[in-house]
Amino acid sequence: MDAIILQILNGLDKGSAYALIALGLTLIFGTLGVVNFAHGALFMIGAFCAVTLSRILNVSFETVDPTKTDFLGNPAKIKTTYIEHWLGPDLGGSILDWGVPLAILFAIPIMIAVGVLMERGLIKHFYKRPHADQILVTFGLAIVLQEIIKYFYGANPIPTPAPDVFRGSFDFGTLIGYEANQIIYPYWRLVYFAFAAMIIGAVFAFLQFTTFGMVVRAGMADRETVQLLGINIDKRFTIMFGIAAAVAGLAGVMYVPINPPNYHMGMDFLVLSFVVVVVGGMGSLPGAVFAGFLLGILESFASMGVIIDLLPGINQIIIYLVAIIILLTRPRGLMGRKGVMED
Amino acid sequence: MFGLGKKDVTLLLIVTALTMLAPFLLNPFPEGSAMAQFNAGYPDLMQRFVIFGIFAIGFNILFGLTGYLSFGHAAFLGVGSYAAVWMFKLLSMNVLPAILLAVATSGLFALVIGFVSLRRSGIYFSILTLAFAQMSYALAYSVLTPITGGETGLQLALDDPRILDGAAEGGNIPTPGLFGLEMNDSTQLVMGNWVFTFSIGYYFSAFIMLLAFYMAIRIFRSPFGMMLRAIKSNNTRMTYTGLNARPYALAAFVISGMYAGLAGGLMASMDPLAGAERMFWTASGEVVLMTILGGVGTLIGPVLGAGMIKYMENIVSKINSDILHTWFAFLPDGLEDLVVTMIYPFVGKGWHLTLGLMFMLVVIFLPGGLVQGGQKIARLFRRKKTDDAKKSTQSTPAE
Repeated sequence: MDAIILQILNGLDKGSAYALIALGLTLIFGTLGVVNFAHGALFMIGAFCAVTLSRILNVSFETVDPTKTDFLGNPAKIKTTYIEHWLGPDLGGSILDWGVPLAILFAIPIMIAVGVLMERGLIKHFYKRPHADQILVTFGLAIVLQEIIKYFYGANPIPTPAPDVFRGSFDFGTLIGYEANQIIYPYWRLVYFAFAAMIIGAVFAFLQFTTFGMVVRAGMADRETVQLLGINIDKRFTIMFGIAAAVAGLAGVMYVPINPPNYHMGMDFLVLSFVVVVVGGMGSLPGAVFAGFLLGILESFASMGVIIDLLPGINQIIIYLVAIIILLTRPRGLMGRKGVMED
Repeated sequence: MFGLGKKDVTLLLIVTALTMLAPFLLNPFPEGSAMAQFNAGYPDLMQRFVIFGIFAIGFNILFGLTGYLSFGHAAFLGVGSYAAVWMFKLLSMNVLPAILLAVATSGLFALVIGFVSLRRSGIYFSILTLAFAQMSYALAYSVLTPITGGETGLQLALDDPRILDGAAEGGNIPTPGLFGLEMNDSTQLVMGNWVFTFSIGYYFSAFIMLLAFYMAIRIFRSPFGMMLRAIKSNNTRMTYTGLNARPYALAAFVISGMYAGLAGGLMASMDPLAGAERMFWTASGEVVLMTILGGVGTLIGPVLGAGMIKYMENIVSKINSDILHTWFAFLPDGLEDLVVTMIYPFVGKGWHLTLGLMFMLVVIFLPGGLVQGGQKIARLFRRKKTDDAKKSTQSTPAE
């Protein structure tokens, strides 16, 4: 039983990342009808926003401390970051420490700008072209974005730690009556899950309870009629693209402490996220979220020792296997709507 | 001739001439000159040109004719490589049985995957093929290690049985050959400053590519090819006329899988080892890039695209900043540095950036790929010529 709980917990953080990326993909697909292969690149750009912010915060100057010497006997040089210098070691230090969560604020405007730019600059011209063309051009764009990031940040993963408070692990088992150290779970992953749940909730609330969201939903259902009513739906869809980009970017920002970002992390996630979208059902937002968590948890169950002994290699292929079975038995995906992408 | 129209014969003859003379054509710069690094006329690279040409021709039969975008085609290439290496290990170092087995195995594999994947179309088909390919990759990497060699890949060993050849003598692993001709054998022709290399492996692969190309022309011009085009242009209407599209699509899928297997078998024949990374989805993406870049649905396009990408991968990626500095040495110092820093991100390690940009430009402005670009330019010239002709006819009466 404790192993099962542990696997569910382990699946949650990956599942959260899948769900967030798949949510953005579905938003773009549902509103604009575009299959965006560059969405993984947006996830990666978000992660590198966090890296960039931590580099900016860590800009420092050197002072010579005559009282101490380094191992060669020279006077020691001490690096002080400007933040600590200006705001004092307490406040400055904690800002440095909380670099990753702060990057959320830093990333939102950047990601929305990147998203809007992408939509206006490139994807706008592809609405009338076949889906294959959309896939291809966004695939090319993903390569370009990836290479630009690689040029500036190098090919190696860049470790960026979480704040000190969250660095340990949380003994989840004691909460529900197990002995200590049976079910332990890193704090940051809990934070990630909570964060993902918050973002997902916010997106749904935005679509459900605001006028803007209502118009967007109407546009998703019947674009032409909404346009006939004199509403500029294109503008709203562009904003939705920006929001979808921001969702992917935030998923990336918060994922940085779990997995040091490198330039191809986006592509790695993208392939799986597409599988998630298809399993959930093209164009269905709840489907994308549900399938994201489902596949994340299934993946972590499949990597349990018992199951690997039973079916060797299952942990590597479980997601694809589920996708194949679902596509063949429920062609629309788990929660797909009728008439979406059926040709 | 050969059951082809006049235009196709011309095309086939041009391609034949180009491939046969490739060791000369791809080596235009004398040895030791500053431009010598642009020479692509060495066997290893030329073999890759033709082998990936075969791969792309096969992919084009599926994507170009039926419009089904497979994102997992590299799986067949990988299966073909494994099959060929196993043939080298078990039966003989002769390449013919190896290639035959490679084609047959990948054909069977394609039949199974195609049967399942073709139940869906559009993006669902792409995802299904991607899923199958990723599964094959993951399995080859982990569980199937006894068959595939796992992380190290499948390699030849001294104690392989090789029933027909007998055990290896002299402690050397034998090389693949064709009835005594060894694939990595080559002769060099020195003409002044130029050195031309003629490799048996290259000519063997080139010959097979020409066969594959000929087959592709026949398929394109056949009633079967017409059916495949019908699937692409209007599947529903095809069904209304009482035709079942799926067997045709499946046949195209299997044929294109066999082409990929052929390419994989040849790859293993040139260098007898096979690894799981050949099946990774980036490898599938690469063949998509090649086909689109060259021109989807055209005969020669995929070969051009394959050549172009492999050329960039091997040649452009070698340019480093020192070389750039020597090129632009004629400029004033400050300007030289500026130009070099401007160009540097696009060459050397950054060649993927150039590739991505080029690919995007092609998809945006030239959906028909380089072939369409060539046609546009040719039309431009022709129009100019006719304009000139008109002018000249107009100007004569005035005199």
